[in-house]
Amino acid sequence: MPSRRRPVKRDVLVRIRGLRFYRGDRAIFDGVDIDILRGKVTAIMGPSGTGKTTLLKLIGGQLRPSAGSIEVDGQNIHALGTRDLYALRKRMGMLFQSGALLTDLNVFENVAYPLREHTDLPESMIRKLVLLKLEAVGLRGARDLMPAELSGGMARRVALARGIALDPMMILYDEPFTGQDPISMGVLVQLIRRLNDAARLTSVIVSHDVAETAAIADDLYVIADGRVIDRGPPAKVKVSGSAWTRQFMQGLPDGPVPFHYPAAPLAGDLFAV
Amino acid sequence: MNAVLDSLAALGRTGLEALARLGRGHVLLLGVLEGLGPLVRRPRLLLVQLYSVGVLSVLIIAVSGIFVGMVLGLQGHYILSRFGAEATLGVMVAASLVRELGPVVTALLFAGRAGSALTAEIGLMKATEQLSGLEMMAVNPVYRVLTPRFFAGFLSMPLLAAMFSALGVYGGWFVGVGLLGVDDGTYWSQMQAKIDLEEDIYNGVIKSLVFGFVCAWIAIFQGYDCVPTSEGVSRATTKTVVHSALAVLGLDFVLTALMFGK
Repeated sequence: MPSRRRPVKRDVLVRIRGLRFYRGDRAIFDGVDIDILRGKVTAIMGPSGTGKTTLLKLIGGQLRPSAGSIEVDGQNIHALGTRDLYALRKRMGMLFQSGALLTDLNVFENVAYPLREHTDLPESMIRKLVLLKLEAVGLRGARDLMPAELSGGMARRVALARGIALDPMMILYDEPFTGQDPISMGVLVQLIRRLNDAARLTSVIVSHDVAETAAIADDLYVIADGRVIDRGPPAKVKVSGSAWTRQFMQGLPDGPVPFHYPAAPLAGDLFAV
Repeated sequence: MNAVLDSLAALGRTGLEALARLGRGHVLLLGVLEGLGPLVRRPRLLLVQLYSVGVLSVLIIAVSGIFVGMVLGLQGHYILSRFGAEATLGVMVAASLVRELGPVVTALLFAGRAGSALTAEIGLMKATEQLSGLEMMAVNPVYRVLTPRFFAGFLSMPLLAAMFSALGVYGGWFVGVGLLGVDDGTYWSQMQAKIDLEEDIYNGVIKSLVFGFVCAWIAIFQGYDCVPTSEGVSRATTKTVVHSALAVLGLDFVLTALMFGK
C-alpha cells in the first residue's frame, strides 16, 4: 500500500546538484546543492571571492562545471546545444554589477535591443514596450541619455529594464547593491521585490550586503569555502547556530574568520633583523 | 641543475601558452567566419563598421600616401638623373607604390590607426561585461561584435591601399613634374607602358587582401582574448600593433618571394 504521507512537491525552477568548479587547482565550489523556487526571491550570500558571480555564470551557461548538474526549468543547461541554450537564455535576465549597457546606444535603444534582436515587432510596439519597461524602473524621462551620463544606480535600473524587456521567467542579480548610496540602494531593494511579485518572476540575488538582501529574500543560502554552510528563510539564518554564519550576518570583525592574515608571531617578526 | 630545469620548464610553459593562444585564435577565426551568414542578412552592422574602420582612416592614409609619393619623386629623381633616366620616374614611383609601399605602409598605418582602436573597443566591451551581457541576452557576441569588425577591416584594406598608391603617384608627379621639371607626358606614358595589370596591380591587391585579413584577425583576437582589466586592454592594444607590424613585414617577404621570385 503506497504511503499517504508524500513529501510536499516544491516547484523548483533551478536545481543545482553536487556542483563542483575548479579554477586551476583551487576549488571554487566543492559539492554545492541549491534549489531555487519558482516565484521566490532567493539570495546567495557569502564573503568576497567565494565565487558568487561564478555561480550566476554557471547558471547562465557561460561557464561549465567540473562536476555536478544545473537544471533550469527541467533542462540540464550544460547538456543543451547552442540553439536551445540561447532559447533558454531568452527566458532569463541577468543584471551585471556594472549594468553592462551597450555604451554606443542610448537608454531607449539599450532597452529596445533585445526586442529588436529577438522579435519582429513593429517600431510602434517596440516604443510602447520600451516606455513601459522604463516606466517600471522610473526612468522613462531618461530615455535619451547615453550610458556615460547615468549614475551607477540609474545604469543598473536601465539594465534591469533591459533584463525584463522580453518578460523572462527569472532574473539573476549580480551584486545589485554594491557601491550604491542609501537612496538608490533603497530604490533597488524595493524594485527587485516589486518586480518579482508583479511580474511573477523568480529572482536570484548574489550579494554580500546582508541587511538589504535579507530584507527582501524569501530564501537565503550562505556560501563559504565552496560549500553551502547555511540555508533557510532569513529569520532562521540570522539566529543560526553556526559561529561562522553569525559572524558574517552580524559583520563581526573577529570570529571563525580571523582578523589577522596568517603570520608569524609579531614579536619574533619585529625583532627578526 | 635546478636552474636548468626551471628554465626548461619556463620554456615549455611559454611554448604551450603560445600554442594554446594560436589554437584559440584559430577557433575564434572559425567562429567569426561562421558569422558571415547572419552578417549578410544584416548589412547595416557591416556598414557602420566600414565607416569607423575604413572611412575614418582615409585621412591618415591619404596624407601619408601623398608624402610617401613626394619622397619617392625626390629620391627617384636624384638617382635616376645621375643616369639620365628621369623619364622613367613615373614607372619607378608607381611600381614601388603598387607593388610594395602601398600595401605595406597602408597595413602598418591601419594597424596603428584602426587595429589598435578595434582591440581597445572590444577589450573594453569585455572588461565592462558588455560581451557577457550580449551572451546572456542570447545574442552571440562573436557574430554580433567581431564578425562585422573583421570583415570591415578585411574589405577596407585593399581600398585604402589603392587610395594610398593613387595619391602617392600624384605626390610623385607633383615633385617630379611640378618642381623638378620631368616631362609631364613622359611621366604618365612611361607608367602606362611599363606597369602591368597582373604583375603589378593584381599582386598588390592580393597583398593588401592578405594584410587586411591578418591585421583584422590579430586586432579582434587580441581584444577578445585580453585580460579584462585596464592593464590587460593596454597590453592587448600594444600587442595588436606590434604583432600586426611583424606579421605584415614577414608576410610581405614571403608573398614577394612567391610572386616575383623566380
